[in-house]
Amino acid sequence: MFAIIVGLVVAVILIVLNIVLSRISFVPKEIRILSIVVIMVSYIYWGFEPFAHHEMHPHVAEATYAFDGKADIEALEEAGKDIADAEIFWSSVAKVAQHQGNAQAGKELVIANCTGCHSMTHAGFPQIMSDADSIASYGVTPPDLSLSGKIYDRNYLIAFISNPVKAMHIEHKYPVGGEKVFPMPASDWMQPQEIADMVAFLADSASAVPAPVLKEGATEVEISKAANKEVFEAACVRCHSMDYAGITARTSGEDMNKYIGAIPPDLSQHIRSRGDEYLHNFINDPQRKLPGTGMPRVGLTKDAEMQVVEYMTQIGDSKKAQREELGPKILIYLAILAVFALLWKRQIWKDLH
Amino acid sequence: MAEFEKANSVGEWFDQRLNTSGFWRVMMTEYWIPKNINFLWAMGALLAMMFTLLLVTGIFLLMYYKPDVNMAFDSVNYTIMQEVAYGWLFRNIHGVGASVVFLIIYIHMFTGIYYGSYKKGREMIWLSGMLLFVTFSAEGFSGYMLPWGQMSYWAAYVITEIFGGIPFIGDELVIWIRGNFYVSDATLTRFFMLHVLLIPMAILGAIVFHFYTLRFPHVNNEEGEFFDYKEESEKYLKGDKAHSKVIAFWPDFLSKDFMVITIFMIFFFYLVFYNNDFAMDPVNFDKADGMKTPAHIYPEWYFLWSYEVLRGFFFDIAGISGKSLGLMAFGFAQAIFMLLPWLDRSPMVKPANQRPIFKYWFWFLMADLFILTIFGKLPPTGANAWVGFASSVTFLVLFIALPFLTKIEAKIAGGK
Ligand code: HEM
Repeated sequence: MFAIIVGLVVAVILIVLNIVLSRISFVPKEIRILSIVVIMVSYIYWGFEPFAHHEMHPHVAEATYAFDGKADIEALEEAGKDIADAEIFWSSVAKVAQHQGNAQAGKELVIANCTGCHSMTHAGFPQIMSDADSIASYGVTPPDLSLSGKIYDRNYLIAFISNPVKAMHIEHKYPVGGEKVFPMPASDWMQPQEIADMVAFLADSASAVPAPVLKEGATEVEISKAANKEVFEAACVRCHSMDYAGITARTSGEDMNKYIGAIPPDLSQHIRSRGDEYLHNFINDPQRKLPGTGMPRVGLTKDAEMQVVEYMTQIGDSKKAQREELGPKILIYLAILAVFALLWKRQIWKDLH
Repeated sequence: MAEFEKANSVGEWFDQRLNTSGFWRVMMTEYWIPKNINFLWAMGALLAMMFTLLLVTGIFLLMYYKPDVNMAFDSVNYTIMQEVAYGWLFRNIHGVGASVVFLIIYIHMFTGIYYGSYKKGREMIWLSGMLLFVTFSAEGFSGYMLPWGQMSYWAAYVITEIFGGIPFIGDELVIWIRGNFYVSDATLTRFFMLHVLLIPMAILGAIVFHFYTLRFPHVNNEEGEFFDYKEESEKYLKGDKAHSKVIAFWPDFLSKDFMVITIFMIFFFYLVFYNNDFAMDPVNFDKADGMKTPAHIYPEWYFLWSYEVLRGFFFDIAGISGKSLGLMAFGFAQAIFMLLPWLDRSPMVKPANQRPIFKYWFWFLMADLFILTIFGKLPPTGANAWVGFASSVTFLVLFIALPFLTKIEAKIAGGK
């Protein structure tokens, strides 16, 4: 019934449109016909593209880069869930964040607490176990921390050190008292000042990491690509491969499957299959787009996330620049051709009227 | 053998041997087209142009494409899109062209329906046109499988599965089409063959045939007027072009076609460069994975209306399963347009708006097709399923009612 009514409405609109357009005699007839065709084509296009997308991919909250837990609490509220736990956690994070960190003191703490598992090659702490051994012991390769103070948000790092599972927003994978335990222990027993110190040290040593070395005369694109790749490798490559860039995940698909119960996809074409808006929103907090996914929130700063997505574009859509350069030229060429075609047609048809 | 004079020019040399000037005259300068037509009559030439673009870009793609389930995806998305010089341009033209060609086919078809260009001597034009529609559809479907992305795979899966609904032979038929129990390498390779050899050859033949069918009835015109071509062409040849009702195919008609084509190309290349997701679905940039069903499976936009007719019947009626009903309705939808010349029983050859009853039928059909298309993409749940059902039934009813409606129209028109 509904469809018949809608159909009737559309049909009536089309008929009225026709009658109206056939009366506007001061507009040339071809233009009137063209406008009917254009209106119908636009309507169809609207229906199967923007409208269908809107229906199939409901809008989700915008990405936020504050990592202050506000979005998490709002989402819990919306879902009608208990927010007390999250509020306590994020307010303790906010408290830590108020402390001015001391990098020197932080260094001692990092040596005492972190470098047993994590490498930090640029600060002089090499990897001690092979990837295979790490996987055997922890289920996954622990990340190198050299760049962490730069690519991850400060607030996020504080939250992460305090309680990794909460910061990553994957409580569903590691429920409290559940059988699976996240390999990195929570450190919320530490003093706020101590956590702030460690984060200060991470930030300090990350800023001392030299830019990637390139061959003489590298182009601007090569320079940006190398810088982006560094961030991508630090942030994503423990789990994801990027075949088209010759990058293989440090943890194999099989091991990942054991670790989080899913095989992370190869990212070569994700810029095309998901598009950059989706990627930003997803990386910022995967649960928002794909509730229940095993991918954690990684806490990239806005800049680092930009670099990651730009790298995915440079690899997955490497001809974008060429396309954008050629496009206008071809369109201008065609516009000029169309003018000549119009003049030629006028010339031929002037005897016919 | 006839005596041959020594030729004074290359043109003359060929003329002596092939009668090129005679051929040119018959096919071009003295092939008559009515004068009162609008740009909608340029759609045929535009289609010929689009087909040429598809053919040429397709040949380039064929040089690098690998029809093998392990290589197909990367040969397209890596080799062609990123390594081969301007490979991306050829692919975008081919992909967007394949989608846009259907837009023009639909405009062309519905122009024919609107102006009644399928009857009173023009039945063969219509049938050969429908033959082109069917072959283009097969070409579009087989081509969509080649990049071996998720949509390629699942569209192939769903569409081949449809044949399983045919009584008695269904199950065997599906296996025969796929060349395996599931969509596999054998399926990809045979659809590759169809896409690059058999169907293009059929299309080329059908285009020639379509042009041939146009020759004797001549194309229709804006008022559906019948007139004496001999008389009008004589006027034209005597130089009274202004008062003749005909124009020559070359240069008169083609100069206008060329103008329409160039203007259209601006729009087309805009899509090629800046807005091609509608033709190259993002989901298809995920490699085919038979273990992972995408959240939404839908065909390309130009198949949505008939896909919705297929899905529309989602419950059993009178003991017949919804699936069988859908299949029957789908078969009906595929075949019914061919019968249009015989379903329309009114002798009027006039634009729809000047026909007392047909005009409602026409715009109602358009509205119904829009709704089928739009809902054909949405998940068929809740109210959507009922919209699908109602608009599918409406589609069937419209065609079943057409002979009766046009019979009434014939009476009204006869009484005038
Ligand atoms: C895709 C390949 C096709 C090509 C290259 C093609 C080409 C042409 C050309 C050049 C004309 C003459 C000029 C014009 O009226 O546009 C024409 C006319 C016509 N075509 Fe097609 N066509 C194609 C598909 C179709 C289809 C799918 C149909 C519909 C079933 C169709 C039905 C007709 C009809 C009815 C006419 C006569 C129009 C009239 O008399 O006013 N054609 N076609």
